[in-house]
Amino acid sequence: MGVGNHEHLRRLLSRLSDARGVSGDEREVRAVLREELGELAEGAKVDALGNLLVTRRFPGKGTPVRVMLAAHMDEVGLMVTHLDKSGRLRFAPVGGIDLRILPALPVLVGPDRVPGVIGLETVYREDTAEQPGPPRLRDLTIDIGCPSREEAGRWVKVGDRVTFATAAREFGDGLVLAKALDNRAGCAVLVELLKGNYPGVELAAAFTVQEEVGLRGARVAAHALAPDVGLALEGTVCADLPGVDEASHVTRLGAGPALSLMDAASVANRSMVEVLTDTARHLGIPYQFRRFAAGGNDAGAISLALEGVPTASVSVPCRYIHGPAAVAAIEDVAAAIRLVSAFLCRVGDEGLRFRDEGGAT
Amino acid sequence: MKELIARLTQSYGPSGQEGEVRRRIAEEIRPHVDGLRTDALGNLIAWKDAGKGPRVMLAAHMDELGLMVTHIDEQGFVRYAPVGGLGHLGLPGQRVIFPGGRIGVVAAERVEDVKELKHEKLYIDLGAADRAGAPVAVGDVAVFHRPLETAGTRLIGKALDDRVGCAVLVEVARRLTSSAVRAYFVFTVQEELGLRGARTSAYGIEPDLAVAVDVTATGDTPKAAVMEVSLGKGPAVKVKDSSLICHPEVRQALEEAAATAAVPFQREVLERGGTDAGVIALTRTGVPSGVVSIPTRYLHTPSEMADLADVEGAVRVLLAFLSRSTGA
Ligand SMILES: [Zn+2]
Ligand SMILES: [Zn+2]
Repeated sequence: MGVGNHEHLRRLLSRLSDARGVSGDEREVRAVLREELGELAEGAKVDALGNLLVTRRFPGKGTPVRVMLAAHMDEVGLMVTHLDKSGRLRFAPVGGIDLRILPALPVLVGPDRVPGVIGLETVYREDTAEQPGPPRLRDLTIDIGCPSREEAGRWVKVGDRVTFATAAREFGDGLVLAKALDNRAGCAVLVELLKGNYPGVELAAAFTVQEEVGLRGARVAAHALAPDVGLALEGTVCADLPGVDEASHVTRLGAGPALSLMDAASVANRSMVEVLTDTARHLGIPYQFRRFAAGGNDAGAISLALEGVPTASVSVPCRYIHGPAAVAAIEDVAAAIRLVSAFLCRVGDEGLRFRDEGGAT
Repeated sequence: MKELIARLTQSYGPSGQEGEVRRRIAEEIRPHVDGLRTDALGNLIAWKDAGKGPRVMLAAHMDELGLMVTHIDEQGFVRYAPVGGLGHLGLPGQRVIFPGGRIGVVAAERVEDVKELKHEKLYIDLGAADRAGAPVAVGDVAVFHRPLETAGTRLIGKALDDRVGCAVLVEVARRLTSSAVRAYFVFTVQEELGLRGARTSAYGIEPDLAVAVDVTATGDTPKAAVMEVSLGKGPAVKVKDSSLICHPEVRQALEEAAATAAVPFQREVLERGGTDAGVIALTRTGVPSGVVSIPTRYLHTPSEMADLADVEGAVRVLLAFLSRSTGA
């Protein structure tokens, strides 16, 4: 994959990451995806929960294998829960957010992108002798520069989603710094995969909603799509930082897409993992295992749909995930696309349904 | 029965990799059923055709706890993630076995205070001199390495949870000669990770009625939490646990079956824990469900202890239940 293609990926990933889509309000991401997909989005469906579903058939030798590829559109963020007398906003986290990252953070509130900053008074007090612990939610408010509840109410409403105020940018050597790389990285991979050709595969692409609050979109999408095989495309934890034991890195940036073996929501289908690793080795595509058993992604919901679906996950490592400035390597995104693309070709060509454990016993 | 339980508990089958247990059970049950299939997640489903009677699903899980390799360091020491609800306190000094037969010893880093002990402080020593000498890979899963032993009628071993349940189902299939119901014997996967296999297998079978057979805790040991279940006083008929309130008619039918079979039984109220019946009950538009439990001490350790008489009792209760069952 040449430099030009990486430039295209960097632009796509940046644009997707800048779109705002806190769980339950993924409209903006969906709109950007439709634009990026162009003609491919013409037959797309949006289901009752807001999942964007695109199906493509690639005729092959036998009955096509129906493969569901899922990438969630939503990102973690905050929701305004109350406007107080002094014009400050109370909020609740949407999805897994470490409260320690919030104080003094610039944010954008609501559809009109009202700028705000998260205040934590105690941080600035020098008279407290003790080390401050992690902030408590009740000590945090969003300041949008309004002096009263009435004034604040002109700009924002209870229920408004709040996102990190980060614009995507190039970073270091071949890296991207942006908010929401989890999971716009997966969305970018899926957009590119939809442009491919995989004879013998019926590709059911699902850009899902509400993954960060409990794999909700994928659950109903998988029920409707009834796939033979499921694959979640994700952004995942990368803790390859000084001071962190190698055993706790989970993944390494730039070392290729990460394959999950087990997380809190699913156990990857072993034969799928074998075909993925075998494909990667044949083509010289770097890959790594996600060395961590916590967390969960859409694969969990897909695997339990209907009578069960063989499922695996391919993830792009993201440093500082679920924060205002995550970092990913474009090379990892490109490698994930190459890997899944080759995997799909093999699935179609060999008619793989990963039911080797299944059928008559 | 004891030999069957020994064969099943000695099979390797951590959650997500139940293949060896599945093959073993398929071998044992095949002569006694009319059909056998494995579904997409790996659940083994065996059945006896009996015309148009109600579909009764009996479920026991095949999976056991395990330790999944997450990292191998330069010296060949292995870090792991627990597969299922594995407590860390009893692990140091335990032996584990990998597929292929490599034995490992679980050991702990030195800690100032035992309270600091957690899985992250433990490792598996394979006796390797370095990384190259550690013939395991990230993702490999070890299970407890212990034989099944007996003390009178007591059984002591690893994975009695829930291979005794699997043995009960195999034995019921073997002894069930005629029944008005279509009996499905379902050996589920990934129960220990969240009742996963039961959910998809029940969706496929669409049973009219279901009974899970699993182990349950007891309250008969020194300073145990209060619980009205003891070892050796018969199988337990569950009233509730945290996953399910058993359907009253199913529970009653099980209790009547116990009376018919002249098997003493105990009622079970489990405060924490759940079984496959919890998700089967909520499948599609709902399935009346109950549970027959085998009282078992020291659950999720390499030395689980159950009583053979309770296991035998469970077989007889279920046989009587299937013989009279016409759907709740
Ligand atoms: Zn994600
Ligand atoms: Zn169990």
